[in-house]
Amino acid sequence: MKQRSYSNVRLLAAMAAVLGLSTLSASAMHIAEGYLPKTWAFGWMAVCVPFVVAGFLSIRKKVERSPRAKVLLAMCGAFAFVLSALKIPSVTGSCSHPTGVGLGAILFGPTATTILGLIVLLFQALLLAHGGLTTLGANLFSMAIVGPIVSWAVYMALKKAGVKPAAAVFCAAALGDLLTYVTTSFQLGVVYGNVAEYLTIFAVTQVPLAIAEGLLTVVVFNVLEKYSAAELRELSVL
Amino acid sequence: MKVWQKNLILIGLVILLAAFPLWYCRDAEFGGADGMAGELIEESDPDYEPWFQPIFEPASGEVESLLFALQAAIGSGIVCFVLGRVTAKKPEDQKKV
Repeated sequence: MKQRSYSNVRLLAAMAAVLGLSTLSASAMHIAEGYLPKTWAFGWMAVCVPFVVAGFLSIRKKVERSPRAKVLLAMCGAFAFVLSALKIPSVTGSCSHPTGVGLGAILFGPTATTILGLIVLLFQALLLAHGGLTTLGANLFSMAIVGPIVSWAVYMALKKAGVKPAAAVFCAAALGDLLTYVTTSFQLGVVYGNVAEYLTIFAVTQVPLAIAEGLLTVVVFNVLEKYSAAELRELSVL
Repeated sequence: MKVWQKNLILIGLVILLAAFPLWYCRDAEFGGADGMAGELIEESDPDYEPWFQPIFEPASGEVESLLFALQAAIGSGIVCFVLGRVTAKKPEDQKKV
């Protein structure tokens, strides 16, 4: 009961704070708990199921084929954990956070990364009231399915085009991050209208963060490229 | 250029990226509550009622920052542990020295 009234006070405070802000100050993060109508909430979950199943199978196959890669997989998950916790200010006067899933997508492919994203989203939804269980499907789709697919596709295309690995990693991670939030904008715009407005707000806020994510992913990749080239070749990253 | 030098420059760039908005829009509130996305929704659909509440919410901003710090700590702990293992000299390397 007491808990309940606290959360009401918090809600009022948040509303008051928002009234004083321009629309540009809306934060660009995951879709909050309960903010998607039921049909959409369950619809997105259904869309995610095959990707999650494919993800588990993909991880099992990859670990079987190269057991040494297990420790790198753990690191990719941990990397997404760190980056999702970093709320960074952006030029729109609000804060958002990177997703950190680009690294996993480049090293292990998009479906395996879906599982890593799922772990991060569950942690934040259950313990931090950030994102939500009802919006888990939608958030999983944007952050752990679209983002990694974009990152993986961009990396593959640039690698084939002969771009230097570090540059390809940067583009892949940054674009995956950006497209995650473009997807979020569409997910909200489709339901509530005004895709353009959501897009301006979410995508613009995310631009500097996407660049930051690209740079941080290259930092880790540089180390791996130098010291762990054998594993990267085993995963056909290099 | 050595890897650590390259990485130091990259990390410096990230810090600049994060610090620039603080200087560029000094009057902004830098709000980051998830609820704000919800406010936008309420603007376009004032009748919308969230139909589900988070089953657990951090008791205060302090507790929330604890959990976020914990999330970053666990993550960076594992990342650094693995990178430490990866960059460590392997026994066969040491024999060569």
